[in-house]
Amino acid sequence: MSTDAMRELYQEVILDHSKSPKNFKELADASHQSQGHNPLCGDRLTLYLEVVDGVIRDVGFKGAGCAISTASASMMTEALKGKSEAEVEAIFGAFHDLVTGKVAEADDDVLGKLTVFGGVRDYPVRVKCATLAWHTLRAALKKTEQAVSTE
Amino acid sequence: MTVSSNAEISTSSLSKRDFDVERVRGDFPGLHQMVHEKPLVYLDSAASAQKPQQVIDALSHFYAHDYANIHRGVHELSQRATKAYENARLKVQRFLNAPSEREIIFLRGTTEGINLVAQTYGRANVSEGDEVLITTMEHHSNIVPWQMLCEEKGARLMVGPINDRGELDMDAFEELMGPRTKLVALGHVSNALGTINPVREIIALAHERGIPVLLDGAQAAPHIGLDVVDIDCDFYTISGHKMFGPTGIGALYVRESILEKVPPYQGGGDMISSVSFEKTTYNRLPFRFEAGTPNIAGAVGLGAAIDYLNNLGMESIAAYEEALLDYGTRALLTVPGLRLIGEASHKASVLSFMLEGIHPHDIGTILDQEGIAIRTGHHCAQPVMDRFGVAATARASLALYNTRADIDRLVQALETVRKVFS
Repeated sequence: MSTDAMRELYQEVILDHSKSPKNFKELADASHQSQGHNPLCGDRLTLYLEVVDGVIRDVGFKGAGCAISTASASMMTEALKGKSEAEVEAIFGAFHDLVTGKVAEADDDVLGKLTVFGGVRDYPVRVKCATLAWHTLRAALKKTEQAVSTE
Repeated sequence: MTVSSNAEISTSSLSKRDFDVERVRGDFPGLHQMVHEKPLVYLDSAASAQKPQQVIDALSHFYAHDYANIHRGVHELSQRATKAYENARLKVQRFLNAPSEREIIFLRGTTEGINLVAQTYGRANVSEGDEVLITTMEHHSNIVPWQMLCEEKGARLMVGPINDRGELDMDAFEELMGPRTKLVALGHVSNALGTINPVREIIALAHERGIPVLLDGAQAAPHIGLDVVDIDCDFYTISGHKMFGPTGIGALYVRESILEKVPPYQGGGDMISSVSFEKTTYNRLPFRFEAGTPNIAGAVGLGAAIDYLNNLGMESIAAYEEALLDYGTRALLTVPGLRLIGEASHKASVLSFMLEGIHPHDIGTILDQEGIAIRTGHHCAQPVMDRFGVAATARASLALYNTRADIDRLVQALETVRKVFS
């Protein structure tokens, strides 16, 4: 195995986001908030949303996790701003299909930059890392009280 | 890393036999395979150990030739199976140096051993306002059963602190042994840190106050010689799968004078001497604690694993592993940004570590691609993680079949990890 093969999973953009995550902040006037936990690796994150008329105006997250989960949360927050709940569901569906290997080709139109997570499909135990933020997002939108757990 | 100077290991009879690790490796078929096109380096024995051919053969032979239910058949196979099962009990007794086979209960493993003590001895002896004393470095299996008991009884769970090296603070621990302490329970060797606790000293302190002591021996049994008489513990429990035996089998030693007074655990067949709807009389020790058809083949396999360990000699194994752990510690500390979690002066097997700026889970994935199996996560010891201010660690754990070459592969692969994240 070479460093190159590992770069399929740990692409530069993923490493950049994991080291300097975007929207890494609490939202003072969050309308929605939820917590996610991956007991397997101890990852925890709290997601904050400001939703106005069914559209995500602002989003932030705090927490600690591995490179995949942190980068996924960071890039998710970038992808969410200005999106309606229906659009969010479509992105989640395409993202989930991508990282679980249900589709061979990424849906570039829906996913945009998020296609860099395609390498995760070769690492089944890491799918939970990539999807933790997304499951937490859906719980927040549904106003689920209980913290999301990947286990 | 002076494991052999620890009081729990008898060094007087240090084996003169050379420890031939290549021959040992030849006994473990699971080690000889390619993983992601690299020769496997197995550094996860603290989670579960690989099995020698001798154990695999013992299981296969037993099922093929001697299998039947035990303790009830007049026929030949049942007698053979009973003999094999009870012979395995004698092997466990001798392995622990227990005075009597009546003190050895077969069960699923260390977790069930601790739960059995909590649910029988604990429920009979712990009352409202009493205390059970454990340590910060316990595995969840030596925390949760006591929490459940304390909650039921209105008792308090007391926790002895550890220092930054991962050693028990003995002064604080002694202070916590009070008039309400009904039991002390701790790991002989910590699974997350590798610390070998000074159990003989702890037991002496507890016994001065009339407090019985339970030891979780899951991580000690594969690495150091055990002697329940010498350390004078009251309860000792082991897991077969950690010591090169099958899964689903373990044993609990209970001092006979205590066990005689302990109420039964589960009810069912084999634990009774007679049953009517008016009254049941219970079987003698240890069968009173073994309701239902047990893991007969598992016990036979555990016996074969004990034979295997005895054949190598626990003193030889401990001496070999001490040198290997010392080599591994020095080698890992050459990796830039690496921090060891657990630096007790008496340690066995475990190298828990962090790499600066890199999450343990990412380390684990990259090492796996290099053919190296380690454990990442909280190791079922979340309070230890909290104590060191981390969510998880990467843990390489050594066993009798590991070599310096395995350590070198690990160190080399950690360079790859650092390159990927540079």
